[in-house]
Amino acid sequence: MAPFMDPPPLTSVDTALTAHTTATPALVAPEPEHCPGPESNLAGKDDACAGCPNQAICASAPKGPDPDIPIITQRLAGIKHKILVLSGKGGVGKSTFSTLLAHAFASNSANTVGIMDTDICGPSIPKMMGVEAETIHVTSTGWEPVWVSDNLGVMSVQFMLPNRDDAVIWRGAKKNGLIKRFLMDVEWGSMDYLVVDTPPGTSDEHLSVNSYLKESGVDGAVLVTTPQEVALLDVRKEIDFCKKAGIRILGLVENMSGFVCPKCTHTSEIFRATTGGGRRLAQDMKIPFLGAVPLDSRIGMACDFGESFFDNFPDSPTCKALKEVVKNVGKEMGVKEEDVLGEE
Amino acid sequence: MSLKDVKHIALVLSGKGGVGKSSVTTQLALTLSLHGYSVGVLDVDLTGPSIPRFFGVEKEKVRQAPGGWIPVPVHEQQTESQNGNGHAVGSGHGSLHCMSLGFLLANRGDAVVWRGPKKTAMVRQFLSDVHWGTLDYLLIDTPPGTSDEHISLVETLLKEATSEQMAGAVIVTTPQAISISDVKKEINFCRKTGVQILGVIENMAGFVCPNCSECTNVFSKGGGRVMAQEFEVPFLGSVPIDPMFIRLIEEGRRPVYPEGTVVDGQAIATNAESEELDTGLLVDKYTACSLHPLFDGMVKELITTIER
Repeated sequence: MAPFMDPPPLTSVDTALTAHTTATPALVAPEPEHCPGPESNLAGKDDACAGCPNQAICASAPKGPDPDIPIITQRLAGIKHKILVLSGKGGVGKSTFSTLLAHAFASNSANTVGIMDTDICGPSIPKMMGVEAETIHVTSTGWEPVWVSDNLGVMSVQFMLPNRDDAVIWRGAKKNGLIKRFLMDVEWGSMDYLVVDTPPGTSDEHLSVNSYLKESGVDGAVLVTTPQEVALLDVRKEIDFCKKAGIRILGLVENMSGFVCPKCTHTSEIFRATTGGGRRLAQDMKIPFLGAVPLDSRIGMACDFGESFFDNFPDSPTCKALKEVVKNVGKEMGVKEEDVLGEE
Repeated sequence: MSLKDVKHIALVLSGKGGVGKSSVTTQLALTLSLHGYSVGVLDVDLTGPSIPRFFGVEKEKVRQAPGGWIPVPVHEQQTESQNGNGHAVGSGHGSLHCMSLGFLLANRGDAVVWRGPKKTAMVRQFLSDVHWGTLDYLLIDTPPGTSDEHISLVETLLKEATSEQMAGAVIVTTPQAISISDVKKEINFCRKTGVQILGVIENMAGFVCPNCSECTNVFSKGGGRVMAQEFEVPFLGSVPIDPMFIRLIEEGRRPVYPEGTVVDGQAIATNAESEELDTGLLVDKYTACSLHPLFDGMVKELITTIER
């Protein structure tokens, strides 16, 4: 095994919630409008910096690459495949899809899988995995992810909240600090797949995840959408973001694509694809279309109760569609088909 | 100060994404307009601005005037109009204007990749540099979460608007527990920041199969009402999924329903004159939607609470 760098300073969970990141200079006032960012090369020198109480601090702070990035790269060195799950639009099923993807990979007991929930304001992953009441166990080597099963681990800000319903009212800079902690302090160990669930939009969390993971490498991003144009509008922007940020797009999944009535089995389109849906968007933007997953009310129930829809309803047409999507994700990553899912 | 002639400001919040904040904002705006009020809609979802599409004014551009931007008009004030036979063909309604970052983008596919400070600055500009003029109601559609946009929105409003102007927030959720978890956080946000909660709307509560009229609870059931009781906030109502509303927004087609459709005890009349189906203002076509009576009831309750 390659020699380990000095382990990062162990911060307690509570301190992480209140401390600023170590790499950026300690600011004494909130950032002004049009702030170039305390870490940027223009820090303290841009026009927007004039009059800001932090100007002297930013101008004199050491510039250059963030020294924490090699630490993060070392931490994640044991992870074979990293997948981002993005959308742009809220409520299309990113977290649902992340958990289903993770359960699917974990159904092959030879795989070790992890989910990192970077949605700081609305962390849904612990509830969907049935581990909402857990807390993080801190060891001498780092923070232990919460293990849902032998081969499936989760990390989320939800585990750190003293009260389940507490609001996390943080500005972007503080959220970035926590995401960095997740990457630096969590002992992921050696894993086959790490699924990174993101919040909706194209903002701080996405920029941070991208910049921190760039060096260690991400296999790519899976984009989730629903068929209607209101969703596609935001997903288009997310595709633009990925292209600008240099993130490889593994493909697009169309979720909630059609609803089969449990009584008469008539298929309705709740979210009508008036502009061709996900398939047409994938074609137009020249990205792979991974599949369409129909809406099944049992997915929502399974998520609410923290159970695996994948394991409990294997005969549902939704489950079959999902398996195809997972196989396609594996194909795009260059993983052998028999290694992706468990025994059929 | 651009907000000084705005009588009431209401936020539409959720915490959870994709529950229908923009849909609810649109319907509240249309319904208030049908009650004769002049309404403005501000869209502070900077990375995913949906309001222009909802109102069908995506292609419009914002005009500049000395001192700020002029919000894009959706429709002007109109008294009830009648055709030659004395039948009402246009509903009387107040004016409706909206403002969104969507109008300022060069291409609709361009990503808005901004960190917190820039988003904060933009939200402040939307509140102070837009000529809202005289409005009865200003509705503010927000992105999901409790982050920069929400913090700067509440901070700026506390500074620039009086407490009589700040009516409060309408919270939108879907029935299932996953949404409720996030929405509880939003309610706590409102409590912490001193924003009054006007009520909770439970959206996507049930889907009626157009073939057999069986109602399936695709996103579970009842969570919104229980949460409202638990947090002691008013419960405004449950809104089902209506594909006709989606069709109205996406394709501009007037909603039609099969004969005998009954919603909330009221029979929905279908308009048989197909030539008039797709022309006309959005607000007129919305009156044919099955969700309109539900929103009418909720708006009446909101007006009573706000104007007390």
